[in-house]
Amino acid sequence: MIQFIDFLKKRGREIRYLLYGTMAAIVVWSMTVDTSHAHTWAEKYIPGFWALFGLVSCTVLIFFARWLASAGIEREEDFYDD
Amino acid sequence: MTTSFLHPSLLLIAGALLLPFIREPFRKPYLLLVPIFTFVDVVYLGFNQGIYGQVAFLDWQLTFGRIDALSNVFAFIMALMAIIATLYSLQVEDFWQQMAAWFYVAGSIGAIYAGDYLCLFLFWEIMAFASTFLIWCNKAEKDATAAGFRYLLVHTFGGLLLLMGFVLRYQATGSIAFELLDYDTHSLSTWLIMSGLMLNAAVVPLHSWLPDAYSKATIGGAVFMCAFTTKTAVYTLARACAGFDVLIVLGVAMAIYGIVYAINENDVRRLLGWEIISQVGYMVAGVGIGTALAINGAAAHAFAHILYKGLLFMGAGAVIQMTGKSRFTELGGLYQKMPVTMLFIIIGGVSVSAFPFFSGFVSKSMIIAASYEEHLLWAGFLLTMVSAGTFLVAGLRLPYLLFFSEPKSAEVTDRAADPPWNMQAAMIVAGLLCFVLGTFYPLLYSMLPHQDALYHPYSAYHLSETLQILAFTALGFMLFRERILARATISLDLDWFYRSGGQVFQWLAKYPIQWLDTIWGEAYRVVGLFSLMTTARFWAWFDWHGIDGFLDGSARGVRSFGRLLARVLQRGQIQHTLAYTVTFVALVLIAFIWM
Repeated sequence: MIQFIDFLKKRGREIRYLLYGTMAAIVVWSMTVDTSHAHTWAEKYIPGFWALFGLVSCTVLIFFARWLASAGIEREEDFYDD
Repeated sequence: MTTSFLHPSLLLIAGALLLPFIREPFRKPYLLLVPIFTFVDVVYLGFNQGIYGQVAFLDWQLTFGRIDALSNVFAFIMALMAIIATLYSLQVEDFWQQMAAWFYVAGSIGAIYAGDYLCLFLFWEIMAFASTFLIWCNKAEKDATAAGFRYLLVHTFGGLLLLMGFVLRYQATGSIAFELLDYDTHSLSTWLIMSGLMLNAAVVPLHSWLPDAYSKATIGGAVFMCAFTTKTAVYTLARACAGFDVLIVLGVAMAIYGIVYAINENDVRRLLGWEIISQVGYMVAGVGIGTALAINGAAAHAFAHILYKGLLFMGAGAVIQMTGKSRFTELGGLYQKMPVTMLFIIIGGVSVSAFPFFSGFVSKSMIIAASYEEHLLWAGFLLTMVSAGTFLVAGLRLPYLLFFSEPKSAEVTDRAADPPWNMQAAMIVAGLLCFVLGTFYPLLYSMLPHQDALYHPYSAYHLSETLQILAFTALGFMLFRERILARATISLDLDWFYRSGGQVFQWLAKYPIQWLDTIWGEAYRVVGLFSLMTTARFWAWFDWHGIDGFLDGSARGVRSFGRLLARVLQRGQIQHTLAYTVTFVALVLIAFIWM
């Protein structure tokens, strides 16, 4: 297993392309899935809605967390030590 | 009381009391057998559901064993987790830890089976006290004593809220039965009970104790703690507060709050603690929605959560035990030295992230589906957003920082290795169960309280939705990875109020109050003490030689016995004194039930 991870680590570019390929395949497949039971308009008519939602969510959370940290809650690790 | 009812908590408490007297080679088998018997007992009771252990106490009817579908599913997973966590901490020599852990589990199962508020309160407090010892036992962490006291104080406060709530309720209704509260006729007692239960579920804003305590507990202690307190509280909320709208808002808020803090966190167990808050948020929201599907979802998610979160804490504990470090800024590149641990942390990570075929996929989505069904679109979308965040934190950030980022120091990497066999075995069991639950989900669904609420997780639409979210969260991580790397910082949280508030009190005690005390003491010494002491000496002499001599010196005998008792029991360590007190209460309890 360790050798396998070493092998993967050397091939960052190939893995990235593989990931892009998987993403594309997932989005293409999602367009064929029956959306008649979906709850909102957006899910039915925007292709790849959840892909977009996932990317936006993740980005929003990262930037919000960093903004909150820089807004004053981030302190040195010894803050509570006397 | 029927003959076939043996309370599982009694087994654990008796087992814990005998533990110090068991020596190797019987110790390890004994450690495993006690939780296994407890589990068998819980399973047996699950097949024979009903009301057991009713005892008349003063004016009240106590119910120690209310076993129905809802309490059974929670007790089942608690007892199962007790076996796994005991296996994980099998090599620990310090029997205090295992005793505390078993008392803690006994408290949890007892609270789940409790049918009235008095029983609930009793086991609730056993749980709080016993788990505090799991923090105090951690000799490796210098802040553990202080963290234990903070934890105990916060939980005492929560216990008091609960106590005030049910006493007020008893005054108003004359009943101590632990049943569903009526939302429409709510009063102060309703909110006090709910707040007391919410504190143990770490609902925002009563949550700060959780990451603080869980990151300071012993390695095995944290594995116990991550399972029992919050999920027992979810059970009690499902029992008493199902359908309370306010819990939907609070649940969603804590799901978001937890994940935002987890993104910034630098300590591995604090990160997992934040994620517990986030995941318990789903369950609390499910309880708040309160429909059959939502309650099923909350129970299923608690079940799945205990296993994968236990697995993650076991993996994190292995890393801390083997490297001696708990901060991401001091760890990294461990995949070469700890491949087994890495594998199981990743399994835990994909389970919590709701990957298809892993347990989160079949449980979390029930709650989200229930919120859509009730047309709570905002809750559904926000919880789905947190799902993306969960994968980001537990599935990507955590393994990346521990195992694949650049090693921070050669010394740590040299020391690292996979943990002893029993810790690996516990991880294997938990990891397998995560997979089994996700793949053979009818096993889990058949135990849920509402069998009429049907749910099918493996629909094409749900699969496609989940895969899209996961894949594009991974893309987001690739794009913004640099922003959420390890930073040597902490994030201020609401515990600032009592941690710094305590300093204000200390300052007050140190300066103005001390000054007043000194002045007062001085005045007293000069004016009053001399005359008082002279009189007192005379009477003491008279008492000792006159009266006690007359009564065969019995007072002297009492005094020497008292001194002996004080030497044994009061070593000046409040931890020990507390342990003796709690043990004494437990003994009285056992005697009381059996007689």
